[in-house]
Amino acid sequence: MSELNQISKSKLHGLWALTNRELKKWYKAPVVFVLTLVQPVLWLGLLGNALNFSNLVSAGSITFPPDLASQFTVAQLSALNQFFQGLSSQILTGAFGTTSYISFMAVGMIAFTALFTTMFSGMSVVWDRRLGFLNKALSTPVSRAVIILSKVFSATLRSMFQAGIILLIAVPLGFEFGPSFNPLNLLGVFAILFLICMGLSSMFIAINIRSTRIETPMAVVNLLNLPLTFASNAFFPIDRMPSWLQAVASVNPMSYTIDGCRQLLIFNTNYMQLAWDFAIVGIFAAIVTTIGIVLSWRFLNK
Amino acid sequence: MGEDVIKAEGLTKVFNHSLVAVDHIDFSVKQGEVFGFLGPNGAGKTTTINMLITILKPTEGEASVLGYSIAREANAVRNIIGVVPQEYTADEDLTGYENILLCADLYGISREISEKRAADLLNLVEMTAFKDKKVQTYSGGMRRRLELACGLVNRPKVLFLDEPTLGLDVQTRTATWEYIRTLKKEFGMTLFMTTHYLEEADSLCDRIAIIDHGKIVVVGSPEELKHGLGGDLITLAIKENEDVTGLIQKVEHVKEVRKEDGTYRIKAEFGEVTTPFIIEALRRKGYTVTKLTLTEPTLNEVYLEYTGRSLRDTEESGEAVFAQRMTVRRARR
Repeated sequence: MSELNQISKSKLHGLWALTNRELKKWYKAPVVFVLTLVQPVLWLGLLGNALNFSNLVSAGSITFPPDLASQFTVAQLSALNQFFQGLSSQILTGAFGTTSYISFMAVGMIAFTALFTTMFSGMSVVWDRRLGFLNKALSTPVSRAVIILSKVFSATLRSMFQAGIILLIAVPLGFEFGPSFNPLNLLGVFAILFLICMGLSSMFIAINIRSTRIETPMAVVNLLNLPLTFASNAFFPIDRMPSWLQAVASVNPMSYTIDGCRQLLIFNTNYMQLAWDFAIVGIFAAIVTTIGIVLSWRFLNK
Repeated sequence: MGEDVIKAEGLTKVFNHSLVAVDHIDFSVKQGEVFGFLGPNGAGKTTTINMLITILKPTEGEASVLGYSIAREANAVRNIIGVVPQEYTADEDLTGYENILLCADLYGISREISEKRAADLLNLVEMTAFKDKKVQTYSGGMRRRLELACGLVNRPKVLFLDEPTLGLDVQTRTATWEYIRTLKKEFGMTLFMTTHYLEEADSLCDRIAIIDHGKIVVVGSPEELKHGLGGDLITLAIKENEDVTGLIQKVEHVKEVRKEDGTYRIKAEFGEVTTPFIIEALRRKGYTVTKLTLTEPTLNEVYLEYTGRSLRDTEESGEAVFAQRMTVRRARR
């Protein structure tokens, strides 16, 4: 009798079990696992090179026409060449804050892989509902908050893992760390990613837990995907956008997440800006996580 | 015996302020009993079980499990009950063993105890050989046994089974009944089950409640319910060409005698006891019985008597239909 029916002491029992259940679906399925690793390589390798804006202004692409070149001495030509090289790196630094576009965009990619993984993995809640697992879990003494949090955590952990992989892959592809980078900054990157993933996954779970059809969350994801991606600083700097788009991008929490990551990884860190990024993302995460968890909670206690 | 394990008083669930799914029902389930809930689709079976297992809150009324209120002491209830849902809820991507451990974790049972328990339960449902295979490779019967093992992981005092044999073939269904009988006998567990299969209710349940339109229409043991219909039907013929209606009528427990084309159709209570008395009464007066059949009413007739014969075209949610389809499809693998 004594060992049975013990009312569990911890309110959080089952949290790791449920989180790990989600994660196992991923790391124990070799095909899925490999695909999640291949996807960022494709993105970085293809998109990163296809959209390489630095090639547009690179001095290496400038050859002087012969009649123009004959008017200058060799020394003058090399000085001119240096001038254009300086100019192009000025343009790049002015626009992207770095001369390496692939570094600029790799950080955007890190944040977006996190976003997509969060959005899609939140869908498992629809299956849990349709297949009865949710009801089964609700009939056990596991806390309702734990059921929701396990979904949030598994989505968050998975996203952060993928973000780390992209960073690893980006280095051999030409990723350049900023002058003020030190390995501890990586902790900051994971911290800000953790915040945004918590917020977004809570929001998606609150939406998904109500839908009985897998199509509904798919439609929501597709609707939000594009504006969140392109109305942000992921691929293009905000201050070079038309002013109406700047307004959209500056309320997009992804912009702050990405800027925070860039401050830590590739820029010469501006700590004021970094603190601001963390504050915005932190507030966003706190509000959205609370709303998401409260909504899910109310649904589960119907 | 005698102690009420489950008690419901005026239990009611109204969805969206208008749809009355369960309408002020009262019943009690006694210690060690197998209690069956029967009823057509949409009658309120699943809503009732969902309230008792604390995943739905009653709109009105009260129910308790072993004295704990399902509304106010839900966590205490959850700790002492086991649930075997209608659907196959085991995770396809995990092994049977991992699934049982996962269920144990949901009850906050320490790994030390749960590993031992999982081994015992796998043994009980004869699944030890397949414990490290992924659930996606399991047949319907194996899945059902795994669900049963998961439902027992917290050593529940009361086990709730929602349509435990939905979609299973006859062999697997019979085997599942055996497990249920074992549970009742060896662990003295109280069982609450819903079912569509009347022969299942007849062979497993000590008492049955028939529910329709959210109300309990009748409660009793299968025997009582069948007798309630007016007893067994005896048909007999005699060699002599005389009317013995009056003679048969005098035998104890005979309720009604009709003569049709030379055979007597007799409605009597306790048919297997009454029949010899009828034969004896006829023989003593020198009559010879040439033909005799005894038919006991089946639960089918009881069920149709109380719920009517009209087809039910109640609307069901797409979600419920999908879940049932998935269950049946997986059961047939």
